[in-house]
Amino acid sequence: MAQQDITNKTEWPLWEVFIRSKAGLDHKHAGSLHAADAQMAIENARDVYTRRMEGVSIWVVESKFIHASDPSEADSLYDPANDKIYRHPTFYNLPDEVKYM
Amino acid sequence: MTVHSFQEHFDSLIDKEVTIEPKDWMPDDYRKTLIRQISQHAHSEIVGMLPEGNWISRAPSLRRKAVLLAKVQDEAGHGLYLYSAAETLGISRDELYNQLHTGKAKYSSIFNYPTLTWADMGAIGWLVDGAAIMNQVPLCRTSYGPYARAMVRVCKEESFHQRQGFEIMLTLSKGTEIQKKMAQDAFNRWWWPSLMMFGPPDAESPHTAQSVRWRIKRLTNDELRQKFVDVTVEQAKVLGLDMPDKDLKWNEERGHYDFGAIDWEEFRNVVKGNGPCNKQRLETRKKAWEDGKWVRDAAMAHAEKRKVRAEDVKAA
Repeated sequence: MAQQDITNKTEWPLWEVFIRSKAGLDHKHAGSLHAADAQMAIENARDVYTRRMEGVSIWVVESKFIHASDPSEADSLYDPANDKIYRHPTFYNLPDEVKYM
Repeated sequence: MTVHSFQEHFDSLIDKEVTIEPKDWMPDDYRKTLIRQISQHAHSEIVGMLPEGNWISRAPSLRRKAVLLAKVQDEAGHGLYLYSAAETLGISRDELYNQLHTGKAKYSSIFNYPTLTWADMGAIGWLVDGAAIMNQVPLCRTSYGPYARAMVRVCKEESFHQRQGFEIMLTLSKGTEIQKKMAQDAFNRWWWPSLMMFGPPDAESPHTAQSVRWRIKRLTNDELRQKFVDVTVEQAKVLGLDMPDKDLKWNEERGHYDFGAIDWEEFRNVVKGNGPCNKQRLETRKKAWEDGKWVRDAAMAHAEKRKVRAEDVKAA
């Protein structure tokens, strides 16, 4: 994802492109591009990111609308999950007789 | 965190081979070096379309034409992946273009040589794209995330470029006497400039150590060049073409081919702007950019108008 604050008036806005590679999968960030509007962004995304049938569906969103977490606050942000290993199935010991659980 | 501890944190990420992402703190020099390297690569993709564009309308068959069109379109795509990777470092697309158009930024000097015959399309795919792949594959593991991801995409697509070039060379070298001569002539002309693509010898490349430390370069210029020579010699044998280097010899002790001296004076001259096509390439780029201005403006005006109209409909 690119920083958008440096864009000027003559430059087409920047868009982030997300692509569903095949039915049933989620959209995944593919990259970004410039386009005058959403329709052009989708058409450009087709040409730039799906020249080899990499996608069956495209999402575009103007980069300025994306909010991201601050990497320097990662420690405190994810801290609550750090000491809760009981959330994972491997935390529990089962007797060998128990199958399929 | 103080600047000092920011630096320590950054160094530790680099040492642990953790990827650096756009919002992470990074030293100014790392950012600057990356912008220079990524944009130089992007410019090379864009200018690199020109020598081949010269042959699209004169390709010898529809199949060759479709393939060449697809290759040139890929190059536009590669330029775009790389420009957007550079933009994540805080430089605008307009500024990147401006640096190319004013000559402040460089592109690979190989594209300042002319494409004289159809065999040049073969030689470029085989040698120039071959050298580029050699350069680019290690960059898929570079430390800067957006750059590494762009390179993965580029490398996936690039291998068809080399194969189509080799196929052209193979067809010509198995063809008539004249066709074979044409292939050899293209090989002779593109061989040395291809070796120069890896950049000056390590001894004259002062930033290599820092770039290797930052993992924005993973092998040195000379290491990559040697690898390229070793694989290409074998491929030339398959083509039945002569290596355009009388000093080329297998060195049993090193386990590599020794090769002749590269004319670095020529290299420096082309980089300085005195190659056969420097002026023409840059002028073509600038003209395309200036001629396209009304289209960019019109698209923007159209988009604004549609936005206003949609808002009016909502308000009504």
